[in-house]
Amino acid sequence: MFSSDTAVWIVFPVILPLVAGLLCFLFKRGTFGIALAAAIGNFFVVSFLIYQMLVYGPMRCYIGGWHPPLGISLRSDGPALLMLLMTAATGLAITLYARGYFLFRISDPLRAQRHKRQQHYFWPLWMLLLTGLNGLFLSADIFNLYVTLELIAISAAPLAALSGKPASLRASYRYLLISLIGSLTYLLGVVFLYRSCGVLDLALLQNLAGNRLAITTALVLLTVGLMLKTALVPLHFWLPPAHANALAPVSVILSALVVKASFYLLFRFWFEIFAPIISLSSLNFMGTLGALAIFWGAIQAMRQQRLKLMVAYSTVSQLGYLFVAFPLSMFVDGGQAWSIVVFIALTHACAKSAMFMVAGNVYLHLGHDRIKSLKGVRSSQPITVFAYGIAGVSLMGLPPSGAFIAKWMLLSTSFASLQYWWAVVIAGGSLLAMIYVFRVMSNFFVIPEGESSKKNVSLSPLLEWPPLILALISLFLGLISPWVLKIVLYKDSGLFAQIFQGGLP
Amino acid sequence: MNSGQLLLVSILLSSFIPGIIIFCLPEEKHRLRTLLNFCGSIVKISLVLVMNAGIYYGHVFEIRLPLIPGVELLLSGDPLSALFTTLSSVLWLLTTVYAVGYLENSPNRSHFFGYFSLCVTVTIGIALAGNLVTFLLFYEMLTLATYPLVIHRGTDKSLRAGRNYLMYAFSGGAVFLVAVVWLQAIVGPMDFSASGFSPMYLTSHGSVLTFIFILLIIGVGVKAALVPLHGWLPQAMVAPAPVSALLHAVAVVKAGAFGIVRIVLDVYGAHNLLLMGVLPLLSAVAAFTIIYGSVLALQQDDLKRRLAYSTISQVSYIALGMSMVDQQLAVIGGLVHLVHQGLMKITLFFCAGNLAETLGIHRISEMRGVARRMPLTMAAFSIAALGMIGIPPTVGFVSKWYLGLGGLAGGNWWLLVVLVVSSLLNAWYFLPILIYAWFDKQQGAWPEELYVGRFETRLMLLVPPLVTAFIVMAAGLVANAQISPLAWVRFIVRGYTL
Amino acid sequence: MITTMLYSLTGLILFGMGFYTLIIHSHPLRKILAVNVMATGVFLILVATAYIPVGQGDIDPVPHAMVLTGIVVSVSVTALALIFACKVQENSNLDLLRKRNHRKSMKERGL
Repeated sequence: MFSSDTAVWIVFPVILPLVAGLLCFLFKRGTFGIALAAAIGNFFVVSFLIYQMLVYGPMRCYIGGWHPPLGISLRSDGPALLMLLMTAATGLAITLYARGYFLFRISDPLRAQRHKRQQHYFWPLWMLLLTGLNGLFLSADIFNLYVTLELIAISAAPLAALSGKPASLRASYRYLLISLIGSLTYLLGVVFLYRSCGVLDLALLQNLAGNRLAITTALVLLTVGLMLKTALVPLHFWLPPAHANALAPVSVILSALVVKASFYLLFRFWFEIFAPIISLSSLNFMGTLGALAIFWGAIQAMRQQRLKLMVAYSTVSQLGYLFVAFPLSMFVDGGQAWSIVVFIALTHACAKSAMFMVAGNVYLHLGHDRIKSLKGVRSSQPITVFAYGIAGVSLMGLPPSGAFIAKWMLLSTSFASLQYWWAVVIAGGSLLAMIYVFRVMSNFFVIPEGESSKKNVSLSPLLEWPPLILALISLFLGLISPWVLKIVLYKDSGLFAQIFQGGLP
Repeated sequence: MNSGQLLLVSILLSSFIPGIIIFCLPEEKHRLRTLLNFCGSIVKISLVLVMNAGIYYGHVFEIRLPLIPGVELLLSGDPLSALFTTLSSVLWLLTTVYAVGYLENSPNRSHFFGYFSLCVTVTIGIALAGNLVTFLLFYEMLTLATYPLVIHRGTDKSLRAGRNYLMYAFSGGAVFLVAVVWLQAIVGPMDFSASGFSPMYLTSHGSVLTFIFILLIIGVGVKAALVPLHGWLPQAMVAPAPVSALLHAVAVVKAGAFGIVRIVLDVYGAHNLLLMGVLPLLSAVAAFTIIYGSVLALQQDDLKRRLAYSTISQVSYIALGMSMVDQQLAVIGGLVHLVHQGLMKITLFFCAGNLAETLGIHRISEMRGVARRMPLTMAAFSIAALGMIGIPPTVGFVSKWYLGLGGLAGGNWWLLVVLVVSSLLNAWYFLPILIYAWFDKQQGAWPEELYVGRFETRLMLLVPPLVTAFIVMAAGLVANAQISPLAWVRFIVRGYTL
Repeated sequence: MITTMLYSLTGLILFGMGFYTLIIHSHPLRKILAVNVMATGVFLILVATAYIPVGQGDIDPVPHAMVLTGIVVSVSVTALALIFACKVQENSNLDLLRKRNHRKSMKERGL
């Protein structure tokens, strides 16, 4: 049953964190161990799934033997597995980092108590969130996707509220409501789609038929719902407070992974299911919103006084690139469109995680994260500052980061298709990113006068190394792009599903 | 991986690995750090010499790393890259000696030397880049590696200079990236080659290609400090002297100038450029920069700022040589100036650093009679300054001679005017310094006498400028010998049909 | 057919009403109720979809499964939102209280 060519393995990225989450919920002690085991296990399973796909092709697993249209099925293909890999790799780093974060200066009794309470909720919620993310990337039908979206929302919102401060409570309450609106709008879109097509399976939906108006309505509803969750300008207002007020490990999870999930779904809808009915003007509309996001987010990031808010606005800005890919993807073949998006997403996930971790370290070290008074951090935390620099370089899209590869593809497409204005947007966006990244950087480099710069607060390796390693991964992602391209091109042809199109087996 | 590829990689690693180790070393271990630096640079020089020999005898050095379709990283050794590699690795050794002496007892030295080594690695990467993508990769990295050096002192002034530097450099980088992608969208992926892209693209995309050429030149012109893109350079003078030396003679400005050479000779090719008729524009910019930089240099009392404006002016000789790509002699003059300017300018900066470190002299007006106190330093300074003016037998004369011959051969009388005016201006801003130093009497005490000892200054500060000044003389005297920079440049030019 | 349309239309109207309330009103309880109304609207449309008038008057089981799942999700989400609302309320009151106390003590100290 568990031979290496069966599809059963696809279930494990969902099962493992789910079981771990439940166990973390049950036990008081050893929760970190359980979570770490699940994160490592998840990483290995995902690596195995990629290997499996390279050898045997994309897989489909019908849960409980029930086939579509009634049953639930999970499927693996190139983009899905790369997103899984992104989640698994950053997830592992986040797990380690969170441990370091909760252990920080545990000798202080007040802090120890607070961290204990936070940890008690953190591990189960994080594992549930991981379940939701993995489920979303693997799900093959649109209703199941709704369930995973909700699962993500109800584990992400409490996580965001963990710090317990009034500001974070308010922000995460709003975040929860926004997520609910998004999910319900999405669900309404699903209903419209189901009414006109009569199927839920993604692969079956690819040969759309039915009422044109209903399908267009479905597209609009799905898009709005997912845009709200992805925080595309002008629907981004909820993101910065929610991300910036959370605990550092939580900010990492929200910024690096959660927004990607809804975007991934959006992209699948636009370029796989609805591709035949998408018009160039609607793609241009999305691209314009993306361009606005790039500029607006960057300008806001430049103006922030706090490091975490700056990083959060930079997320708003970077998400814009994902949408600028929309109008340009029209002009490249499907696989390449996916690779652009995947490169941006992977780089951003790693670099943004590193940045939020750095912000967390700075906060732990100084007790605040005001950008104006970061002097001396370079001498006391060289590794952290180094990680910040590398992550910043990746965000700016300098070579050889993955974002550079994506920008190269975007630029060359915009020149090849004679849409020069996108080139201006892309190049301008990198410059703005440079300004906000180095504004902070130069404050790190200020050498404090008089007082000795060493406060003797040493951070544990668990806090210092995960951001550095993630930042290095994001920087050198471009060098392994041939492999990424190779994986992305594996698509679920939907053959398996079509066999059973006739009805129940 | 064959031995040639191994050689290329080890040339890069010979400064990269010491750099990384130095980052991890604790601050106090200065002996080990110095040892690592010296070992690294000596290994690098020997490897580079081996490569040069290989290139001379026609071996092919090449590593390719394909990324996505149309984008591949390519390191390759050709005669032109050998020129720049040799210059950087030799000057790295001397600058390291100097920096060790200069930074004695100052804080954050492991940072400094770490970034220093990275900077050299990246410069070598620029030299060895075999196509525009690879060039861009190292070009952007160079900005990053030099930024911490520029703001090393951590003062408000240096941070402002750093911010300015980044703005200029990354704007240039963004323009360059756009231009590279655009070019590739038209002519397809291409390696640096002696003939450039096929002229048939000119018929279909002539004006776009001209526009891209301008964008490319803007992209590299920022680092080469072509007026009006030079604003960052004088400000960056707040950095420590070894950094200025590195910035001006080896790394940043040179990388920009080298980029111009690559674009003109290896991307567009002489033939295409002549057809496009865009070269007079480059000539005009270069000539204007030469004159304008000299005029501004005249007005500076701060020694390092005067040297900085002088760099702006001198580096444009390279661009000027490239702008007359149909004249072989002018190309030789421009290319050889890549080396000659580096040698002379690094000497001048070493000496300026010595004056500041030994006597606290920062201004020219404070230099009266300094030659009596520091005769060796001022002798080196004078040789380099005379070289800048173009007085034989220094190397500066050789460059100007070839540029002038090239101009005459092409019937460009205005070039001679530019050369003469610029030499006069050079004399005007260098000779008073020499006269102050040698023939004036000391007036009052030195601003701040920091060093009193057996020699006029610390030995590690004294030796590097003497060595470079010696090369400035020697390379001029033996310009016709087999091993002079000029001979190698002739070897390079033989590869092109000009 | 008409019945289906009628139910669906009602569902849409409910969804719209819920959405409107959610945007307009600031009271947390109203917001949560509004989300529930929205959800009910969607479920109503789903149930209406299940009816297949063609042929035998068969009933499509899939929307039913969806509605059941949806109800479960919506109940748990409501519970979570309620807790959140309580916490926010508590905290903002505390905030207010703290501010007031602070002001009072400042006054007492004659500042």
